[in-house]
Amino acid sequence: MASLPPIDLPSSATGAGAFDSPALEEGPALFEYLLRLGDDSLILGQRLGEWCGHAPSVEVDLSLANIALDLIGQATHFLGRAGEIEGKGRDGDALAFRRDVLDYRNCWLVEQPNGDFGRTMARQFLFSTWQKLLLRKLTGSADELIASVAGKAVKEVTYHQELAAEWVIRLGDGTEESRRRIGDGLAWNWRFVPELFEMDDLATFMAERGIGADLAALRPDYDALVSAVLAEATLEPPPDQRPILGGRRGHHSEHLGHLLAVMQFLPRTYPDAKW
Amino acid sequence: MVAAARLDETAPVWTVLDEVADPEIPVISVVELGIVRSVEPDRVVITPTYTGCPATQVIERDIRDALDAAGYRNVRIETALAPAWTTDWITPEGRAKLRAYGIAPPTRSAVECPQCGSADTEEISRFGSTPCKALWRCRSCAEPFDLFKCH
Repeated sequence: MASLPPIDLPSSATGAGAFDSPALEEGPALFEYLLRLGDDSLILGQRLGEWCGHAPSVEVDLSLANIALDLIGQATHFLGRAGEIEGKGRDGDALAFRRDVLDYRNCWLVEQPNGDFGRTMARQFLFSTWQKLLLRKLTGSADELIASVAGKAVKEVTYHQELAAEWVIRLGDGTEESRRRIGDGLAWNWRFVPELFEMDDLATFMAERGIGADLAALRPDYDALVSAVLAEATLEPPPDQRPILGGRRGHHSEHLGHLLAVMQFLPRTYPDAKW
Repeated sequence: MVAAARLDETAPVWTVLDEVADPEIPVISVVELGIVRSVEPDRVVITPTYTGCPATQVIERDIRDALDAAGYRNVRIETALAPAWTTDWITPEGRAKLRAYGIAPPTRSAVECPQCGSADTEEISRFGSTPCKALWRCRSCAEPFDLFKCH
């Protein structure tokens, strides 16, 4: 796989005190980091939930819904902890349902529309492969909550990754149509991959403290895993495109707002509703 | 004999817990499933099976209700995430009950059909009716069955 040029952020986006990146302190930085972890899981869980009742077969329906459950379970832990760290009385639900789009810290990949099954599985494969490597690393996090959630979730995500990889292979090495669809799905999602490895000030700050992972260091393993699966699927890696960045700082595609409008409708319309 | 004394003291609580059924697989108790990690005079430590398992909250509520009903209102429930739950913690009794119920217990070797015992089986779907199960089929008796996934 061709490697992409290093990410070079404009200094205005990285300078301490800049709008996008205020000076880092341990507590607020951990809060932001937990939002990144939790929002990735929450948003992808919500996206996969959209397939419920619409998947090509009942087995696929079950798979996508169960992966969504695992992801939302991760989000519950990470966002719950984020609320405690913040100390302003917000719990996981408040963070999930009462933040607006600019306050979300997920990567662009997870908020992308499902498209067809090929595009959904391409996204799942690219994300779960990364998340598996990330969580494996985070099992050694200096933060006890992050380490224990990672220890549980890595087992589940390994399963997600295997399932997605099997589908990439089956579709790629399948019929003419399935091959075209998974190829299109990979090409669509490819430009969102570099963001997964972006080491901005916050990611560096957390990695230096042994709480977060050095994402850039995960890239070689990621490339090897992706290449191996694509080769088995008889697919060529899509050509590299200009990376799209910004999700970690609250800059999102137009799709996220629509997703939140659906996800947050009930709690916003009936605040504090219980059943 | 501190250990024996503690055992005596907590034994009735274990008995109560062993009657709390898993909400999704009601033939097996939360003790047999390995969810109860420890019992002390003033607290019960439990661990969730899967991160996103919807049964987790129901299980905690059921345990609370059972403790309250048995007069253990002062025993609190604590949740521990680490070490992560594993299917290795399902007891031998639990495994036998799963099989009798038609769910193949988790295994690292050949999957045996819980209906006829044949090892000539195949996976239909990596996910089944709950996060903890996969869907399998027996080639000998042609019955589909759930497999409790190794985790």
